[in-house]
Amino acid sequence: MRRGQFPPSGSAAAGALRRRRGKMADAVPAARWARAAAALLLGCCGAALASGIQDQAEQFFRSGHTNNWAVLVCTSRFWFNYRHVANTLSVYRSVKRLGIPDSHIVLMLADDMACNPRNPKPATVFSHKNMELNVYGDDVEVDYRSYEVTVENFLRVLTGRIPPSTPRSKRLLSDDRSNILIYMTGHGGNGFLKFQDSEEITNVELADAFEQMWQKRRYNELLFIIDTCQGASMYERFYSPNIMALASSQVGEDSLSHQPDLGIGVHLMDRYTFYVLEFLEEIHPASQTNMNDLFQVCPKSLCVSTPGHRTDLFQRDPQNVLITDFFGSVRKVEITTETISLDRDLAGFESKLPKDELTTEPLKYAEQLPVAQIIHQKPKQKDWHPPGGFILGLWALIIMVFFKTYGIKHMKHIF
Amino acid sequence: MAAAAAIAADERARGRRAALSFAAIAVVLGLPLWWRTTETYRAALPYGDIEGLGQLPFQLAVPVAVVFAPGSVPGDLPRPLPFRDVQEMEISVNRERHLWLSLPCPSVQADAALHPLQDASLGSMTMYVVPETSSLLPQGISVYVGKHRSALVRQLTQVMSFTASSISAALSDRVPNGQLGPDARRHLKSSLGYEITFSLLNPDPKSHAVDWDIEDAVNRYVQPVLDKLSLVANFSVDSQILYYAVLGVTPRFDKESSSFLLSAHSLPHVINPVEARLGSSAASLYPVLNFLLYVPERSHSPLYIQDKDGAAVSTNAFHSPRWGGIMVYNVEAPASPQVSLPLHVDVDMVRVMEVFLAQLRLLFGLSREELPPEFLLESPGNEGLADWELDRLLWAHTVENIATVSTTLTSLAQLLDKIGNIVIKDDVASEVYQAVASAQSAMAELAAGHLHLAFQASKEAVTSSERAFFDPSLLHLLYFPDDQKFAIYIPLFLPMAVPILLSLAKIVREARQRKKEPSKMD
Repeated sequence: MRRGQFPPSGSAAAGALRRRRGKMADAVPAARWARAAAALLLGCCGAALASGIQDQAEQFFRSGHTNNWAVLVCTSRFWFNYRHVANTLSVYRSVKRLGIPDSHIVLMLADDMACNPRNPKPATVFSHKNMELNVYGDDVEVDYRSYEVTVENFLRVLTGRIPPSTPRSKRLLSDDRSNILIYMTGHGGNGFLKFQDSEEITNVELADAFEQMWQKRRYNELLFIIDTCQGASMYERFYSPNIMALASSQVGEDSLSHQPDLGIGVHLMDRYTFYVLEFLEEIHPASQTNMNDLFQVCPKSLCVSTPGHRTDLFQRDPQNVLITDFFGSVRKVEITTETISLDRDLAGFESKLPKDELTTEPLKYAEQLPVAQIIHQKPKQKDWHPPGGFILGLWALIIMVFFKTYGIKHMKHIF
Repeated sequence: MAAAAAIAADERARGRRAALSFAAIAVVLGLPLWWRTTETYRAALPYGDIEGLGQLPFQLAVPVAVVFAPGSVPGDLPRPLPFRDVQEMEISVNRERHLWLSLPCPSVQADAALHPLQDASLGSMTMYVVPETSSLLPQGISVYVGKHRSALVRQLTQVMSFTASSISAALSDRVPNGQLGPDARRHLKSSLGYEITFSLLNPDPKSHAVDWDIEDAVNRYVQPVLDKLSLVANFSVDSQILYYAVLGVTPRFDKESSSFLLSAHSLPHVINPVEARLGSSAASLYPVLNFLLYVPERSHSPLYIQDKDGAAVSTNAFHSPRWGGIMVYNVEAPASPQVSLPLHVDVDMVRVMEVFLAQLRLLFGLSREELPPEFLLESPGNEGLADWELDRLLWAHTVENIATVSTTLTSLAQLLDKIGNIVIKDDVASEVYQAVASAQSAMAELAAGHLHLAFQASKEAVTSSERAFFDPSLLHLLYFPDDQKFAIYIPLFLPMAVPILLSLAKIVREARQRKKEPSKMD
């Protein structure tokens, strides 16, 4: 039973709170004043909340986020995985066009396409055949490139357990009012996703990472899109609230690529991402298109695989979720109606705080060769460690051979 | 013959004993050794204390001194005994936990003498009660709140310290959706420091050569406010000028006022194109507050912001919660059309700073709109905020810090339960202990009414808990699916286990046979 809900009107407010008093007679004016005080106090918050209630109805259907983040990951390297890089960069371009700034995008790419010796058009990555659209451009900001794209770094970015020396652009500084878009593409299988041909991330790890994000309230709502073979297996294990997931293919199906370019020699895009991007081209920052339309993108006739989605963990109805809630960045603004008045002729202000006098010591180079230490060195006391693996194994072998040859009755000669 | 059979039986018995001893050593020594050396290291954590912290039994005490002026107290008032009026409020935080807030009303110590009790310590209040007929307060005003911590009242009130809504706003990330008003999630979160950036945007340097004396303005007008807020957090200020930075929206020309208008619904789209150029990613790890001053191009001057009703906004400014504010500064058109470009513009920093500081107050949640009309507030002047407003901020931040610590630690405990391969090293455990101790001392100080000490303790608690939760070592181990674990251990254990198991099976079979044999033999 919930008591003490915020009361809608001031006079009823006093009754909604439970008060305990010491030994005080009722007739005392001080008690009356106290009651009036309480009523006034709650009248203040009551009035503020009455107007809040009609806004609440509006807000129930709107997302409560104040900022947007995007984490775009391409998990493959090598020239023949050109299409994965093109996928990720195209999503990056759309997301930037719809308003999310670079400082809020964490882009993880192997980034070995544009300057690959096999690229006939260096410094470009095309996403459409006949080389229509160069998605690499000159303002791509890759945060994790080449061998930095590892499962460990990805999980560190998501959970926030980053070493303190990491620069701000490599961090996901989201808070409880952030909507995050996570897009992953590459080669995958049933329950795992391959990272850079050397390791893999499992769906259980991903689900645990999202749970850690939820526990620390690092997201308000999360949209997870994955374009790999058997992509639906990656979102099977999610159990944290407020996650919506889309995948390009079901378990047992392969996601197929779209079109090869004969000039470049590789496939340029994957089908699912190609049709998602066609869909996103229609979206502009003020559009009201909702998620149900995104679910219809790329039916089986076009995509050959069956795209899937998962919304059971999401609190709002997908009908009410705007595409721009995740792909764009729309801020809440308020008009400033108050000002304060400043005294123009105030004399120069003496700061009351003690200014820290930074004692600057004279700078000098670090000792390149600490000669003094070497000459007058005492032998260092090394801690004794028990013998390590190899020595132990060698001795075990010797002892075993000895006793095998001579039999165990010779032990009494040793001990 | 019998001797040979006896020796053979002896040998067999010895063989049986050897096999059993192998199996025994493998099970008794080997299995526990393997188990202990492959489990994840977890240093001991105070789970019980964390559980207790999770209940969040807040008790907030405000020491209030009330001074009754002669004539304000009716003659028949018996000497009032000191009493505590406690209001308990339960706020449902989430489905599992309920938060108890007990807000004690002032412990009234009636003092009929006129000596003012000036208790100027953080968090306390002094009220001077004057009679109804007194002329100290102007007509129609029943409360006058000074800029320090005192108030002249005709009736007792509790405006100056905290209200239930401000406290629950501080806990907003724990309360489920829909229970709080729209104000609850827009104030800046409590942080150890803030970075303030003042930017001047000049999209048309060919027409306007804008000069702003920001350093002087910061020293004169901003620094007093930041000094006052220095108790709350560390502030650092920087400034920059950006050329050719345009707003993302094209303003509409309005024929009636012959000016350009930015309507209210296009304002949200203004910020994004500019943000990329602000360079906030190069700043510190603290939250950044951006204050932008936009001087419109000559072709779009004058530019006014329209609110929802279509009226021009007097301040010509808007702000975005948790981000900062933008003000549009119109340059007056020169008298004669034949004037040499670029026009030299000297920005009136006082007007600008009045708006920016007001936006700073709003971003922190210090708004004056919630008070009923019988209240007269003294303007805080150049300090920017009154002492009691600072107290309000500190109350809210302290509660928020303690709630954050509680959430962090309980979620760490829950995670350790759910996910098997998180490592807890010793230094992480010591941070957790420190966080728990600081949080408990913060709650004790809150109950005693010492706001400053409570705030310091809550800051330490937050720092320790964040350091513990976000320590990179917690991500030490990755997950291995069960079939991979089998694949690793079977080649190691199977060759050793097969002979042992087979010999045990043989022993069992022989034992059964021997049990049958005596019945066969006569």
